[in-house]
Amino acid sequence: MSIFKLMTIGAVTLFYSTALAEGPDLGQPLAADEIPFYATYVMPDGRGLPDGSGTAAEGAVLYAAQCTGCHGETGTEGPVMPPVWPNELWPKSVGKHWPYATTIFDYIRRAMPLNAPKSLSDDEAYALTAFILERNGIIDAGTAMTATTLPEVDMPNRDNFIDVWATQGDKPW
Amino acid sequence: MSRSKREDVASVAAVAGGGLLSRRVLLKTALAGSGATAVGLATSSKARPDADIPDWVTMAGERARGYGLPAPAEASVQRAIIEPWQDVAAAFSLSGTPHHRLRGTITPSGLHFEVHHGGRPDIDPTHHRLMIHGLVERALKFDLDALERYPMTTQTHFLECAGNSLFNAIMPEPMQAGCDMLHGLLSNSEWTGIPMAVLMDEAGVKPEGKWVVAVGSDGPALARSIPMEKIVADGILALYQNGERIRPEQGYPMRLLLPGFEGNMNVKWLTSLWVTDAPSYTKHESGEYTEILADGSSVKFTFALGVKSFITHPSATMTMSGPGLYEISGLAWSGAGKVTRVDVSADGGQSWAEAELAGPVLSRALTRFRLPWRWDGAPLVLMSRAHDETGATQPARSDWKARYDPSNFLHYNAIQPWQITAEGAVQNVYL
Repeated sequence: MSIFKLMTIGAVTLFYSTALAEGPDLGQPLAADEIPFYATYVMPDGRGLPDGSGTAAEGAVLYAAQCTGCHGETGTEGPVMPPVWPNELWPKSVGKHWPYATTIFDYIRRAMPLNAPKSLSDDEAYALTAFILERNGIIDAGTAMTATTLPEVDMPNRDNFIDVWATQGDKPW
Repeated sequence: MSRSKREDVASVAAVAGGGLLSRRVLLKTALAGSGATAVGLATSSKARPDADIPDWVTMAGERARGYGLPAPAEASVQRAIIEPWQDVAAAFSLSGTPHHRLRGTITPSGLHFEVHHGGRPDIDPTHHRLMIHGLVERALKFDLDALERYPMTTQTHFLECAGNSLFNAIMPEPMQAGCDMLHGLLSNSEWTGIPMAVLMDEAGVKPEGKWVVAVGSDGPALARSIPMEKIVADGILALYQNGERIRPEQGYPMRLLLPGFEGNMNVKWLTSLWVTDAPSYTKHESGEYTEILADGSSVKFTFALGVKSFITHPSATMTMSGPGLYEISGLAWSGAGKVTRVDVSADGGQSWAEAELAGPVLSRALTRFRLPWRWDGAPLVLMSRAHDETGATQPARSDWKARYDPSNFLHYNAIQPWQITAEGAVQNVYL
């Protein structure tokens, strides 16, 4: 029996006052090609990023065509918050607040645009990520976003967080 | 009991300022009232030939029906819909539970609050599956039929959006609205489902599997990173809500339930549990559900919700029906465990009395509190202040605000004051 299994039994006994219930083991094997991309998430170190690339200039064209209805012509005015670059209303914008640039790519790819999520190609998601990072002043216009360059982007607010789970667990902040 | 005797009881039983009475007063009054009722019965039987009788006692009633509905006269008891961007982004849609119209602790399933970041999907349950993969010995998939055969647990827990009470958190002047708008992103259900530890054990989590990225089968495929420690401690794959299958608004056919953790992590329409060695910093734990502090730094992974309460009766938008005896009633809860005590003040916090808690008091579940009160018709401020088993208590609004950047509206748990005017209007105020 693994250490993990022992830990699991201990936890369940504590909360349910019974031993770990025996499951009927009815899970079926899951093959790698049955797992859609959105069942995982790109990790901050770049694990999970697909091939492809996109530039801010390419992203600008996509943004104008598909994003302005919610995020506004300049990306600051909305109507929908949060904006994609800083404004006075919403301080937790991508450039000022988010700790990792990989999050932008994954979120655009799985969730945007709101009325047609998962319709963008990997190249398009890279291009929109580059456009947002460039407009936030974090990358220059000439840098294409790829599986190599995106995890290297240095987000300015990264080290400005206290990790509450790591410091005090499930005690409310 | 004569009018003067009732007033004697009220004055003798005062426990704090503003007319707060001993918890035993309502019971005594009820006993006295039952005697009066017996007299009334004797009188009315003599008068029977002349009494006005309602139509429905003169005819056969409706037949049985397959699924019951609230009485037609209750049709106005609805969730308050909040759509900040209306048709521009209609899929970002919220609704709040009308706590000022409810009196128990269980939220009727049709009135459970909603926060949808990408709308409510229409899921075919025969094609829905749950995947467990990543750092496991065996990547597995489960359909609904297979899950029906697993051992289940039944637990009552609240769910609260981390943004509940956001208007009180950020609006410079108190918004005049009911508990549905002010505190409605909070509900309480009896959940039945499979202990997550059973499913994780079947997949065989590898020692380096410390986090789980949970993903929903909705448009944006909402994702959150959750510590494995929480998943196996008390996480539930919830299939049933108040005895029936989970409602579409709450994640049909299955959702993750993490008692005490902010609502967004209890992923609805759950389809994937991806075991990882670290959090993946999804959008919701990067930009959405992090809080900026007063000094400009931020807190992340602030999962558990703090101790909180508010009075539902009376509450803002209500009007008092004249001076006299009332029962103050409200809800208290904590993401850290059980509520241990609720204090009520009827003089703006100068004095406090301990309310009665309606048992059983459950961990990480809504608890109803009550206290008799005699309102003399003068203006005053009612407040409630909850304590939990960790010793935590609710802060004043000014103390809560002092901790955070002025823009923050998440994890607001300050004391809610309600002002009663001389005219009997109940209003939201900041103290």
